[in-house]
Amino acid sequence: MSTQVHSAEHAHDEHPTGIKRWLFTTNHKEIGSLYLIFSLVMFLIGGAMAMIIRAELFQPGLQLVDPHFFNQMTTVHGLIMVFGAVMPAFTGLANWMIPMMIGAPDMALPRMNNWSFWILPFAFAILLASLFMEGGGPAFGWTFYAPLSTTYSNDNTALFVFAVHIMGISSIMGAINVIVTIVNLRAPGMTWMKLPLFVWTWLITAFLLIAVMPVLAGAVTMVLTDKYFGTSFFDAAGGGDPVMFQHIFWFFGHPEVYIMILPAFGIISTIVPTFSRKKLFGYSSMVYATSSIAFLSFIVWAHHMFTTGMPLAGELFFMYATMLISVPTGVKVFNWVATMWRGSISFEIPMMFSIAFIVLFTLGGFSGLMLAITPADFQYHDTYFVVAHFHYVLVTGAVFSIMAAVYYWLPKWTGHMYCITTAKWHFWMSMISVNILFFPMHFVGLAGMPRRIPDYALQFADFNAIISIGGFAFGLSQLIFVWCVYKCAKGGESVPDKVWDGAEGLEWEVPSPAPLHTFSTPPEVK
Amino acid sequence: MHAALVKKLVLTVIGMFAFAFALVPLYDVFCEVTGLNGKPDMDAAETSYLVDESRSVDVSFITQTKQGVPFSVRAKEFSVAVKPGEMSELVFVAKNLSSEQRVMQAIPSVSPGKAAKYLHKVACFCFDRQPFEPNQEVEFKLVFYVDTSLPENVQELTLSYAIFDISEVAQQRDTSITQPFTG
Repeated sequence: MSTQVHSAEHAHDEHPTGIKRWLFTTNHKEIGSLYLIFSLVMFLIGGAMAMIIRAELFQPGLQLVDPHFFNQMTTVHGLIMVFGAVMPAFTGLANWMIPMMIGAPDMALPRMNNWSFWILPFAFAILLASLFMEGGGPAFGWTFYAPLSTTYSNDNTALFVFAVHIMGISSIMGAINVIVTIVNLRAPGMTWMKLPLFVWTWLITAFLLIAVMPVLAGAVTMVLTDKYFGTSFFDAAGGGDPVMFQHIFWFFGHPEVYIMILPAFGIISTIVPTFSRKKLFGYSSMVYATSSIAFLSFIVWAHHMFTTGMPLAGELFFMYATMLISVPTGVKVFNWVATMWRGSISFEIPMMFSIAFIVLFTLGGFSGLMLAITPADFQYHDTYFVVAHFHYVLVTGAVFSIMAAVYYWLPKWTGHMYCITTAKWHFWMSMISVNILFFPMHFVGLAGMPRRIPDYALQFADFNAIISIGGFAFGLSQLIFVWCVYKCAKGGESVPDKVWDGAEGLEWEVPSPAPLHTFSTPPEVK
Repeated sequence: MHAALVKKLVLTVIGMFAFAFALVPLYDVFCEVTGLNGKPDMDAAETSYLVDESRSVDVSFITQTKQGVPFSVRAKEFSVAVKPGEMSELVFVAKNLSSEQRVMQAIPSVSPGKAAKYLHKVACFCFDRQPFEPNQEVEFKLVFYVDTSLPENVQELTLSYAIFDISEVAQQRDTSITQPFTG
């Protein structure tokens, strides 16, 4: 193996150095690292905005920022975390791991891979720059409902639209690359039902991406033409319909939430068997459950719109269809628990994050079920209960899974074991503070505190102070993560090729740290 | 090796982008077929001759003027009782509250939504853009009837008009000022 790697390195001796190495790279591992570093930077920027939000909400009344800026913060925090942190992090993991997991030498379309990463910084530069321009950045919520984003938005809305266009193009190219890689570059013997689950879930995610990102592009284009070119897609005065905006947006938006969680399911399905030292329970049911979730995600969008005055038949349909999603999701949760059942479990850092994921993501799923109940949703709609729900599935769900993945594969990437004590501090600090941060939001939400407001009624003051303290603690805890990853990249105890004794998969057959070129000759999969 | 698959995927992407725009007419078609959303016809209906004497329906009229829109529009009667199929007339008084030339567009909607397709307008000021001179007051006649096939359980309907000021848009395309908007 090592001699092969050696000769492959020789063939690429003319590698550019310095900044050009990163600008021109077509290597899946380097692009994967770029994606991951970029998403970490975005996570910290989006997190800083959350800190501003929580600082303002620490006390009732307006003290730190004016309401218009507060609205920009909630909007851009959402956009950054969704399109800048979670999605690029998963694309980065896909870039690093998919070729190594299926025994491919690289992604199928390496030049496009370079492009799909390098347009991202421009998208977010445009979005963030708009915050500093006259009138400010987008302030209509990340969901940019018309007419807030058309009639009532400022002239910088075009920048928002172009930023979303670029993000969309980037994820579509990334998705095409993932599909072509998985379909065409599997090693001999790597049949469909032998694919690692992370690869499976990413394949399905990629199909969701190419199905709905163009719809988002269409929606922002309609906002653009409504605002600047006199069309009336969403303007009733011209024969359009503002409610139609919500239908088009959520036709994208609901599959989007599965885009942000299916790869997480793949990660958990990889880590739990490793540290339970057992095969994953119900592999094929996992594959079918993932596909069912992907299919159902297209027929539930209007559960975000129960209060728009839908007819009863529509509300019933979307309520039952939404509840149906808990069946395949339940299959997954039970499979993970069954995998751990009677396994010889050890609690390494990735496993701790995975178990936290299973418990807390399921909690977020339960509050999602509560929101699915139409008559109850009329009470919960647009309250902090919704905020609690989607942060449980996105922070303790998607973000925890990304951290689990980083702690799982970081030794393979760097060749060093990270400092376990630091990582444990990161885990426990995050685990405790994230619950102080998001759990009380359920209660203030049920008590009627609306979301996206800079001020609130006095009776919510104590809970909001607790939430803010949890928020600051969670924010600071992530600096431990940054430190831990940085230290590990710089050095540390060397790790063997197979970092975890219970791990399975082709990625553990390559040396640690993984050399730039792996599987130049495809491995034989039995 | 990859070209065929990439081509299919790119075509899917283009197709889905087009689908987003296809959703716009599809949405209207869907609302029309199912009668959801309370979107009534914006075309003039034929006169009705058949009257169902056995029952009576209350039809109320409300207008909503958006904030900052300089029009006042009121129906002379708040509510009328009509028999299905019976032709009715109603007068609306509209006034331009500004001292500039203005163009108004009224957008109707019917509640309950499922009754929208049973309310037929033979003449309505909402069919056209309505130009106003400064401070001008105009009376509009609405001619309508309720379809005889209106479901029995609907005993009252509300016809609501949202009033928009479209002076700026109308100026941009002043070639056909009396042409109604078609969504």
